[in-house]
Amino acid sequence: MITGAQALVNGLRDQGVSVCFGYPGVAIAPFYDCLAQQTEIRHILVRTEQSAGHAASGYARMTGKPGVCITTSGPGATNLMTALATAYADSVPLIAITGQVSSQLLGHDVFQEVDTTGTAEAFVKYSYLVKNAADIPRIIKEAFYIANSGRKGPVLIDVPVDIQKSSFKEYEPGEINLRGYKPYTKGNSVQITKILKLLDKAKHPLICVGGGVILGDAISEVRQFAEKTNIPVVSTMMGIGVMPKNHPLYFGMLGSNGKPYANRAVLKSDVMVIVGARVADRAITTPNNVEKNTTIIHIDIDTAEIGKNMGFTIPLVGDAKYIFGEMLEKSAEGNHKEWIEELQEIKKSCVDPRVFHDEYVNPCRFVQILSDKMDDNAVYVADVGQNQMWSADNYITKRGRFLTTGGQGTMGYSIPAAIGAKLSDENRQVVAVCGDGGFQMSMMELGTMRQHHVPIKIVIIQNNYLGLVREYQHKTYHDRYMAVSLEGSPDFEKIAEAYGMPYYYLEKNEDIEKTVDEFLAEKGAALMVCRVYELDQVKG
Amino acid sequence: MRGIFSVTVENRSGVLSKIAGLFARRGFNIEQLTVGETDDPTVSSITIVSEGDDRTMEQIEKQLNKQIDVIKVRHLNALHSIEREGVIIKVNYTRSNRLDIMEICSVIGAKIVYMGTQSLVIEYFGEPEMVQSLLLNLRPMGIQEVARTGELALQKEQK
Repeated sequence: MITGAQALVNGLRDQGVSVCFGYPGVAIAPFYDCLAQQTEIRHILVRTEQSAGHAASGYARMTGKPGVCITTSGPGATNLMTALATAYADSVPLIAITGQVSSQLLGHDVFQEVDTTGTAEAFVKYSYLVKNAADIPRIIKEAFYIANSGRKGPVLIDVPVDIQKSSFKEYEPGEINLRGYKPYTKGNSVQITKILKLLDKAKHPLICVGGGVILGDAISEVRQFAEKTNIPVVSTMMGIGVMPKNHPLYFGMLGSNGKPYANRAVLKSDVMVIVGARVADRAITTPNNVEKNTTIIHIDIDTAEIGKNMGFTIPLVGDAKYIFGEMLEKSAEGNHKEWIEELQEIKKSCVDPRVFHDEYVNPCRFVQILSDKMDDNAVYVADVGQNQMWSADNYITKRGRFLTTGGQGTMGYSIPAAIGAKLSDENRQVVAVCGDGGFQMSMMELGTMRQHHVPIKIVIIQNNYLGLVREYQHKTYHDRYMAVSLEGSPDFEKIAEAYGMPYYYLEKNEDIEKTVDEFLAEKGAALMVCRVYELDQVKG
Repeated sequence: MRGIFSVTVENRSGVLSKIAGLFARRGFNIEQLTVGETDDPTVSSITIVSEGDDRTMEQIEKQLNKQIDVIKVRHLNALHSIEREGVIIKVNYTRSNRLDIMEICSVIGAKIVYMGTQSLVIEYFGEPEMVQSLLLNLRPMGIQEVARTGELALQKEQK
């Protein structure tokens, strides 16, 4: 005989889970009791449930396997929702296990009851409300398969506490049989040939890469294809890291917060291949204009993304790794010297109109120096706000990873996600860069870092404002500032001291190199405040 | 443009709410919705009538296909499908309108299935257009209540 709770733990173990992130409570207590009796799965106690989801997301994005997060029912589950929505928007595979009140009490509004599966419906790939303990082995197996196949995403398993306690005879996951779910499509070869012909004839071809290229493990195929055919590349925010920053074919991040020359490249292109990108409003603000002048080839694993936000000429549903592998093999070498030169001219002519106050640190220079000095394979986790834009804009890509929340822009993501990333590979250097607003949304996680010895580095870009909103109020409401001052923030040095972390303070441009060197040389966790001028802008 | 989607889904609790939620969340219209078990008790059939432009219709089909509980989606075309609707109508009945009602029923092929002292109940199953026509013609008599199945649809043999 085996209990439902034991089956949950066995299921996770069978899927090769070695670490999970969670927060206990009575409705998930039987599961925790089973966790207590084993050593294969390490449990990281976060300080709020939202962080469990973000940490699992950081872990998943680094390992390519679903991250596991666990909470109790009611408020535990609702606290997790923001993290699920964040992961869903960025197609990150998660398995969320939530405790639930006893099945015979469901619907009675008892203590700590919420309709968890109903609440999460709009932002999970799939969800289960377990009614029978004997189903658990199959459900766990299915859930991992669904989360990490096709377009990836979070899967929720809500388990009433009586089901966790109840016993059944035999642990037998069986075969996966999801007749309505066929996530694997390689990519139609006729379409591939058609695309290659179009690209061959194009005068101004362009490739726009999105986060799907990274999720689909297709970075090297896409890069090699661009190099062989000499087609310039632009990127969405989630696609940062596909191309090295200084690559001669790379023309930066497009969109309202991106490089003007990347947007010019889009408008001037005659054939554009969009791959693994949803082309949402921040990336291409005027899809209709682009549609008119450009032949659009849209490649995505999710059929529904093609044509959702933008028209297309050639749709191609399938796996980016396979498709670009095929295209690489079948394509002829290309030469678009004039087009590349034209783009380089445009790039040179785009002068940055911003003037950074020299009283404090120039955030762009800081991000360049920091990311350059970081290990070649380091992980840079950017939070949300001005700091994120400065990071995306100036991060120097080598062999490392750039993690951020492009879809939802969830403040407070960076610290828990960095914890998850670090736990995926303790030998990798991980740096979280956040603003003073985002930091205060997650600073309780310094406790998690201390308890579980997670040596990540945290940088707070401090300007005493919710900077991106302030910048918006400056431009849109003519400096009528409302609710953007962070007056009242704590003394961050004392916070670092309270958690036993070394503290660095940087406020002068000439000190960047030295301070960053010392900061990165720290063996354990460390906190740095990088003071920037209050009114520094993301856009000129 | 009007579109009929015939969707086969896993017969599990919560599936209808997932489908209805999808329509609400993405701003798709539901004009009519019919659900029932098929001959296979593990499969239910949902017929949804919706309204929107070509792009919306395409998105509805794709988003339905994305649902893991959805087994198959057919976007039906009037020429290649059979559409039917059932209705029961309670209508005011007096000596003076009795013949009119009987005549309407006999022309359309509807049946009187209940006869009270002041009301009649009429049943009809047929093409959706004829259901409309029946309701339209009975309206002057004073319709008290109507219950409709919503449109049912099946694809014809593929040629």
